[in-house]
Amino acid sequence: MKRIYVNEKWCLACHLCEYYCAYANSGQKDMVKALQGVRINPRIQIEEDGGVSFAVSCRHCDEPLCLKGCITGALSLDDGVIKVDEKKCVGCYTCILSCPYGAIMPSASGSAVQKCELCLENSAGEPACVKGCPNRAIVYEERV
Amino acid sequence: MRGAIKKELREGNVRIPSGCAISGIFSKIGKRFNGNDIIKSIATMHDRSNGLGGGFAAYGIYPEYRELFALHIFYDDFRAKENAEAFIKEWFDIEDMSEIATRKTPLITDEPIIWRYFVKPAAARMKESGLDEMDYAARHIIHVNSEIQGAYVFSSGKNMGAFKAVGFPEDVGDFYKLEEYEGHCWIAHGRYPTNTPGWWGGAHPFAMLNCAVVHNGEISSYDANRRYIEMFGYKCDLLTDTEVITYIIDYLHRKLGLSLEETAAVMAAPFWSEIDRMPEEKKRKFTYLRNAFSSLLVTGPFSILVGFENGMMALGDRLKLRSMVVAEKGDLFYAASEECAIRVIEPDIEGVWAPGAGEAVIVMSNGGNV
Amino acid sequence: MRFIYPDYEISRNLSRCIVCRACERQCSNDAHGYDEDTEKMFAIDENCVNCHRCVSICPTRALKIVKTDNTFRENNNWKVDIIKDIYRQAESGGVLLSSMGNSKDYPIYFDKLLINASQVTNPSIDPLREPMETRVFLGKKPQAIERGPDGSLLDNAPPQLELDVPVMFSAMSYGSISYTAHECLARASQKLGIYYNTGEGGLHEDFYQYGANTIVQVASGRFGVHTNYLNAGAAVEIKMGQGAKPGIGGHLPGAKTVGDISRTRMIPIGSDAISPAPHHDIYSIEDLRQLVYSLKEATDYKKPVIVKIAAVHNVAAIASGIARSGADIVAIDGFRGGTGAAPSRILNNVGIPIELALASVDQRLRDEGIRNEVSVVVGGSVRSSSDIVKAIALGADAVYIATSALIAIGCHLCRSCHQGRCNWGIATQRPDLVRRLNPEIGFQRLVNLITAWKHEIKEMLGGMGINSIEALRGNRLMLRGIGLNENELRILGVKHAGE
Repeated sequence: MKRIYVNEKWCLACHLCEYYCAYANSGQKDMVKALQGVRINPRIQIEEDGGVSFAVSCRHCDEPLCLKGCITGALSLDDGVIKVDEKKCVGCYTCILSCPYGAIMPSASGSAVQKCELCLENSAGEPACVKGCPNRAIVYEERV
Repeated sequence: MRGAIKKELREGNVRIPSGCAISGIFSKIGKRFNGNDIIKSIATMHDRSNGLGGGFAAYGIYPEYRELFALHIFYDDFRAKENAEAFIKEWFDIEDMSEIATRKTPLITDEPIIWRYFVKPAAARMKESGLDEMDYAARHIIHVNSEIQGAYVFSSGKNMGAFKAVGFPEDVGDFYKLEEYEGHCWIAHGRYPTNTPGWWGGAHPFAMLNCAVVHNGEISSYDANRRYIEMFGYKCDLLTDTEVITYIIDYLHRKLGLSLEETAAVMAAPFWSEIDRMPEEKKRKFTYLRNAFSSLLVTGPFSILVGFENGMMALGDRLKLRSMVVAEKGDLFYAASEECAIRVIEPDIEGVWAPGAGEAVIVMSNGGNV
Repeated sequence: MRFIYPDYEISRNLSRCIVCRACERQCSNDAHGYDEDTEKMFAIDENCVNCHRCVSICPTRALKIVKTDNTFRENNNWKVDIIKDIYRQAESGGVLLSSMGNSKDYPIYFDKLLINASQVTNPSIDPLREPMETRVFLGKKPQAIERGPDGSLLDNAPPQLELDVPVMFSAMSYGSISYTAHECLARASQKLGIYYNTGEGGLHEDFYQYGANTIVQVASGRFGVHTNYLNAGAAVEIKMGQGAKPGIGGHLPGAKTVGDISRTRMIPIGSDAISPAPHHDIYSIEDLRQLVYSLKEATDYKKPVIVKIAAVHNVAAIASGIARSGADIVAIDGFRGGTGAAPSRILNNVGIPIELALASVDQRLRDEGIRNEVSVVVGGSVRSSSDIVKAIALGADAVYIATSALIAIGCHLCRSCHQGRCNWGIATQRPDLVRRLNPEIGFQRLVNLITAWKHEIKEMLGGMGINSIEALRGNRLMLRGIGLNENELRILGVKHAGE
């Protein structure tokens, strides 16, 4: 199963992954139109402290705590990818509290949650953060 | 009208690519035969030459003078002859000299003065020089060719001679009366230069001491080879492929002592992909030869015939970009650009074959060593 | 009062800027800023070195750098750069420094040489269908053959370097460039079957594993030189000079002598690494011979010794002396060669073009019959595969490239290496900048570049009807000059186009 992995050694804290994520999930065809004047709410976020930085997004855990806590069945594990069904989500935020990585966050509407779905559902087709990372600090690969 | 060709258009002043026909006949038991067969053979490939050069080399033709260098010299005029003879007398003892007999033919014109000298190095001079006989002779022949205006030594081996002229090779053979010479090894050349100077000295074979070379091709490595070989005392005055090939063979085989097979492995080296697949010992040897003499690798199309005192080598380039076939019958070995040139003199010959790219075919007189 | 208006202006297309602040975060020169009040980006042009990091990283192509149109009164004698240099020196009282190579408008002879191709009289060769060889060996060639008792040829060749393609990465020290840049070079060399050169900064312990593809350098400062170091590489290079700054030694400011660099160079942290201008044990050619043989002794005569010199006026005679010194390879660095830092006047005014130096060295060695005694490697702005073909046809055995290699891994030739703030992670030791060069990416880009050049070299060889690169070496009939005068043609040993 291919997953997104981060190599913090090569992360430059340029935050571009966040912008490529926001763009990929905007539904727009032009990055300027999608992001100009917008405060982005990306599904991947850079953590940085003391010269160390790395991108955090959903790990797509084999035994996901978020899924266990979901009261409506909005979260599902589908072929190794944890997905959220916004129609079913009631915005109780239990998953946000239970995710040990802080990889789930409220969506822009506030009435549901959002998380990384590996760009499988949007127009990017492959993870936009990986494609846009200038230093290959985020990779999408098979690891055993 | 001697020396009428404009000097700046001569070989040596301009590099001239050319196509060609070559042919060779060699008797492994040293049986001598006259020039009729080789003329017939080269004449068959008439269309491969364009009348701007033809020539022959024959081995075993001067048995009475077998220990002497036979110098064949073209002179533009008598002053050149005087100057050259003065120089030769200074460094060699002349045992015999005469004008080379020719037959007047309307097909061969503008002939220079053509003389033959049987000489041996002046003993005291040679001792003083510290050189062996071959190096001594080579050095002074090169001097005549590069320094004496209007004189050109076009043959300098022992018991052998080159005969060449501007014209079709069969007419050149007729001109030199080659039916009157008997040798055990003949090579011939018909030339197709892509330029029209046609100076007699630029015709082939190119002969250097006992080694005579006829060549069909145009080598792309020429200047790399020339600039390298000139480090070792050779002067490429003619700017022809045949000249530099002859010097390479002389250097590797005579001076350094590589065998003919090793010499061929330098000039038409196997590709690295092939060398890398060889058994360890063979791989080491071929790698060594390619590395040590890398500047003597000859690229581009060529097929050559090389005559020696006791053998003949046929060699083609590493991609086989020029035709050449060989055949044997009885004690005779044949090699030619085209099969027809062999069949015309030996109609019922069998087993004519085309040597592979870079494959050296070496035949020696009985008991001879490569 | 500020006499100097910035050379370059940062042009930001506000209709495209999404205020992601990547430019601000990535600029080590603080040329970009973010205004909290207006929520807009702003630029400080005088900080910009025109390295294009921001331009390259901007996700919406909102940035470009433009040359300022601010002008002085036009003057063909007192050009803008000259006036600005005077202002700078009037302010600082110091020597002007710059980096990379000579940027002045001298003739580039590679661009005035044309390559031949076959037509009719001999066939061109198609490298897609026939073998086309680029393998070369560097080193002294045997003068005579020797045979064993069974008559077989003995391998009496002195030690050689074997290259899959006649290109090597030339000396750049660990210190002048980053750890990650060295890792790119080392790994690419191993993958490509070529060599990289440590420069005078020693060899980091992590890179001993690439020793078979490493040339270790011994320069006048002797930094990082010890027996293990000498024996770690495939060859040892004595650096007598470099093309960027003939006559002076390498300078590494103390600020760059940090951590591993101090350990690798075997000098205290923070100390300036100032290499002497000459080797103080080489004041003449016979002294060089002693160092050559000292190094051969230290490496048990198993490794070729390279002597590297800058191309200066008398280069042919110097190279001849080196060929007779016991060196196996002579490397000549032309006046366009790069550097991490050099006085601008020396960079721009000292030395001669590599093409002329190469032509005269090769001819001199042949005239003296000693071309076989050494291989000739040339560097100093070899920019493309056609430059390589031309260099080899002029007589080189192989070329050294450095600037081209750095460009491949991101260098944008801003010529500010000496400031130590390279935004591309190459010419810097700041850990946050060094990690901008991920060797996984850089190494592959180098492999790509040389692989592409190798393809192009094969195409050009095939066009000339040559199927092995050694038949091109010194094959000057394959070149013609264009727009060159008789002296230039004579020195280059080529005819004019049309002749």
